[in-house]
Amino acid sequence: MAYPLVTISNVDMRYGGAEGILAVKDLTLSVAKGEFAAVVGPSGCGKSTLMKLVTGLHIPQSGVVMVAGERVTRPVSIVGMAFQNPTMLPWRTTLDNILLPLEIVERHRKRLRANKAEYVAKAEKLLETVGLKGFGSKFPWQLSGGMQQRANLCRALIHEPDLLMLDEPFGALDSFTREELWCVIRDLHAAQGVTIVLVTHDLREAAFLADKVFVMSSRPGRILQERRVPFERPRDLDILYKPEFNDLVHELRGAIAEARIAV
Amino acid sequence: MSAGTGRGFNWLNAAPWVYTIGLFVIWEVSVRAFGIAQYILPAPSVILNAIVEFWPAIWKNSLQTLYTTTVGFLLAVVGGLALGLLVGWSKTIYAGLYPIMVGFNAIPKVAIVPILVIWFGIGTIPAVLTAFLISFFPIVVNVATGLATIEPETEDVLRALGAKKMDIMLKVGIPRSMPYFFGSLKVAITLAFVGSVVSETVASNTGLGQMMSAAQSQFNVPLVFAGLIMLAVEGIAMYALMAWIERRTTGWAHRGQMAQ
Ligand SMILES: Nc1ncnc2c1ncn2[C@@H]1O[C@H](COP(=O)(O)OP(=O)(O)OP(=O)(O)O)[C@@H](O)[C@H]1O
Ligand SMILES: [Mg+2]
Repeated sequence: MAYPLVTISNVDMRYGGAEGILAVKDLTLSVAKGEFAAVVGPSGCGKSTLMKLVTGLHIPQSGVVMVAGERVTRPVSIVGMAFQNPTMLPWRTTLDNILLPLEIVERHRKRLRANKAEYVAKAEKLLETVGLKGFGSKFPWQLSGGMQQRANLCRALIHEPDLLMLDEPFGALDSFTREELWCVIRDLHAAQGVTIVLVTHDLREAAFLADKVFVMSSRPGRILQERRVPFERPRDLDILYKPEFNDLVHELRGAIAEARIAV
Repeated sequence: MSAGTGRGFNWLNAAPWVYTIGLFVIWEVSVRAFGIAQYILPAPSVILNAIVEFWPAIWKNSLQTLYTTTVGFLLAVVGGLALGLLVGWSKTIYAGLYPIMVGFNAIPKVAIVPILVIWFGIGTIPAVLTAFLISFFPIVVNVATGLATIEPETEDVLRALGAKKMDIMLKVGIPRSMPYFFGSLKVAITLAFVGSVVSETVASNTGLGQMMSAAQSQFNVPLVFAGLIMLAVEGIAMYALMAWIERRTTGWAHRGQMAQ
């Protein structure tokens, strides 16, 4: 594997001043370029905090976060983010929602006006990839929850980020849609070589998609286990029903059960 | 007008008219049936007579009240929007100004009119300023609320892309606060009428407020009620205008009705 794109070393993050909640403690992990990492752990253990540390939305009180060889001291613009809540802006069409990052990211906003057609074409291509061809002109509230989440993925990808941070993006979806979107993400990862960090509650999702799975302890969160996922790529949904797959999921489940007890 | 099918009568569209006419009919019948004296509660027909009889004065004063209300209201729109954006922009400004605004809003505006009269004399200016002062607050609060309730996730997504505070305001905060703003206009215009009429009643030579207080001192009760009716008409017309503007400008916030 290539050099690490993300490294977190001995990071402590406390919310709300010196007396506040210690969310993560002595957090250390690294994700290689092009790798797909999943983060699992008990609720409230600091997974979302981890995402915000990597994207530079929070700066840790101690320890170092490095992204692409640079220490993170402010938001890093090479990332795309998607949350469980799709947060589409209701007054913009789906297409305009997807183009929003381009109006923000420095290197694109200058070119946007002159090269609008090129960017629109790109957005439409992304929409097609996620199965939303022709829905660009619809408003987000005219789309179903699953469709909004697909659009949300497009928005996270439009500015060609090197790093995609997904915080339980499929949490609110039914299991069929979820599996469909797993395949969308899997294919995007294979095609674009983007590095992905995925926070999830769903261990099958982690095992199906990731190259490695980090198991976090309960709060204050740290990495208890780093588990390689041995399955060959490209993976097919069929592996969900293979015994090796179920063994891995079982193992992860055991690790989390332990994490919830041990502090 | 009717809902397409052609058959049957559209009661929903007709309801506002039917109920209004019904109210006046009940009023008329009750006054006659119970023989209520004209100087206590005049019947609608008597009020209509008064409107016809005093029409030139009523028309002139109605225009005056509409004028002071509208000017005060427009000032409140500009000032309220500006202050609302400022207050929603910064937590410090919000913390500093909020108690002052609440305190100011708690003062009955009728108590301010005498001060305005000392400063500007009686007439149009105190009426405009009272309308402004009373309708200003809901606009500020609504605009600031719209800005202050941006979903943290939306903000995170944008900040992670390197968005500055200004970007977030322009792309999310301001469009998002527009439904709150236009919604507040309906409240504000109604309050603006309260303000201008209060001021006219206390200190003016023109306007419906002054006309009504003069009519009252002459025991011309039908003319008092004629003034009330004119105020109601102006109030409904302005409210409808604001509701129309709201629907035109922020249709996306009323998604249920817009989805075809
Ligand atoms: N803005 C904040 N201010 C104060 N405390 C916070 C804040 N955000 C998170 N916390 C605390 O930090 C801890 C970790 O929160 P975080 O959101 O990272 O958990 P999580 O692992 O993402 O949980 P979940 O699985 O439920 O999403 C929690 O105990 C929470 O109470
Ligand atoms: Mg979380």
